[in-house]
Amino acid sequence: MKYNFIQKIAALSLSAVLAVGALASCSGSDSKVSGSDNSGSNGQTKASYRTVDEIKESGKVVIGVFSDKAPFGYVDENGKYQGYDVYFAERIGKDLGVDVEYVSTDPASRVEYAATGKVDIVLANFTVTEERAEKVDFALPYMKVKLGVVSPDSAVVKSIDDLKDKTLIVVKGTTAETYFEKNEPDVKLQKYDEYADAYNALLQGRGDAFSTDNTEVLAWAIVNPGYTVGIDALGSADTIAPAVQKGNASLLNWLNDEIKALGEENFFHADYEATLASVYGSAANPDNLVVEGGVVD
Amino acid sequence: MQASGINVLFLGRNFARLIEGLWVTMRISLLAVLLSIPLGILLGMFMTLRHPLAKAVSRVYLEFVRIMPQLVLLFIAYFGVTRAFGWNWSADFSAVLVFTLWGTAEMGDLVRGALQSIPKHQYDSAAALGMTKWQTFAHIILPQTLRRLLPPTINLTTRMIKTTSLVVLIGITEVLKVGKQIIDVNRFAYPTASLWVYGAVFILYFLACWPISLLARTLEKRWR
Repeated sequence: MKYNFIQKIAALSLSAVLAVGALASCSGSDSKVSGSDNSGSNGQTKASYRTVDEIKESGKVVIGVFSDKAPFGYVDENGKYQGYDVYFAERIGKDLGVDVEYVSTDPASRVEYAATGKVDIVLANFTVTEERAEKVDFALPYMKVKLGVVSPDSAVVKSIDDLKDKTLIVVKGTTAETYFEKNEPDVKLQKYDEYADAYNALLQGRGDAFSTDNTEVLAWAIVNPGYTVGIDALGSADTIAPAVQKGNASLLNWLNDEIKALGEENFFHADYEATLASVYGSAANPDNLVVEGGVVD
Repeated sequence: MQASGINVLFLGRNFARLIEGLWVTMRISLLAVLLSIPLGILLGMFMTLRHPLAKAVSRVYLEFVRIMPQLVLLFIAYFGVTRAFGWNWSADFSAVLVFTLWGTAEMGDLVRGALQSIPKHQYDSAAALGMTKWQTFAHIILPQTLRRLLPPTINLTTRMIKTTSLVVLIGITEVLKVGKQIIDVNRFAYPTASLWVYGAVFILYFLACWPISLLARTLEKRWR
């Protein structure tokens, strides 16, 4: 009885808030849904992707890249995106004749970004796997990698057997995580969300070794004395390719043509020279990493 | 030998970028807090209703938001909604929405607890003095409730500020992510940068949360 007054105010105001919320979301959804119905009429999923014409019309292409994975995608001290992937992204923007808007992605979220069409293209050192190919469409590759394992000089991990009963650091959502889960169930995995955390964990000795793409660990070991890449080519050669939302044939075809055309001018070797050469030094042969024209030999 | 990691903070626009990152953090969390407090007060009053339907609805809402990790809620609001309905909500909107839903649930439960902790004799005494229901609420119940609510509300606010570091996974570059970007770029040249950058981020979070604590202390003194 005592609460009657409070109850009345509460009930009234809450229902008002709910009603306003419901109205807002309904009217908001109407326009959006009809928009996506039009563009998705030829695809089976609820598509929100943009075709090449739509991108050109809007004047900007949205590209998902890493923002903390030098030398592929990172942000320099002036807040500008840089790296191997970004060099390619800039060229895509130039050839489309539009500005590039970068979205910072993480290994754990990049599939979702491409799958939902939140970005037009994901160019985040994205290794092609069958599992991912079910959710997104990959264009032709522009790089190839295998897995590498880096460990301290005091206890170098030279083979998978050395890893038995040891703790291996991996980053969530990377090929390394999938590979070890599938093929080496004996290896204890310690998972991190972000690369920066994973490297710190290795430096602090929280794990015995760290595995990710060989390009990445090779570059890291060069500048971190006391650490060696004991395994430099694990698993099958994986390719790295741009990804778009499933069903976006228009953009996919454009990207494939672009990659073929860029192969003729050896664009990705130039990209390697501009962004990776200084990091890998003489330790790596560009032909082992770079893929021109989408042709992996 | 090696240059000290502290230099990293002053390279290029790094320090300005950290401040910009802090602004992103504060903008999202304070907007969510400002929406959560009034909505939470309403929810808390709604939760004290004796109607079984009201109880059931508020219970389900509270448990759902409280049990789901905020990261899952963020992914649902940002990616899941697009996938299921094709509504393309921006990252900022999704973040504010999720943190408001979460903050409202938590705040609602705090308000419910505070309201129910007011002893029944307070209502009875007010009635005996001939006060109307509105007078009772405005002069007797509300002031006592607010005083009890202050410390847990400040707790919730600072917790929300810190939890917004999750929004990086839906592409928002807030202060912690800027810190990680700086550490990553300089991990070769300045291996000790992480200590300094995380230290700077710690101080920035402190500077953001400290005024809120001070405000709370002032209010508590005034209301004593």
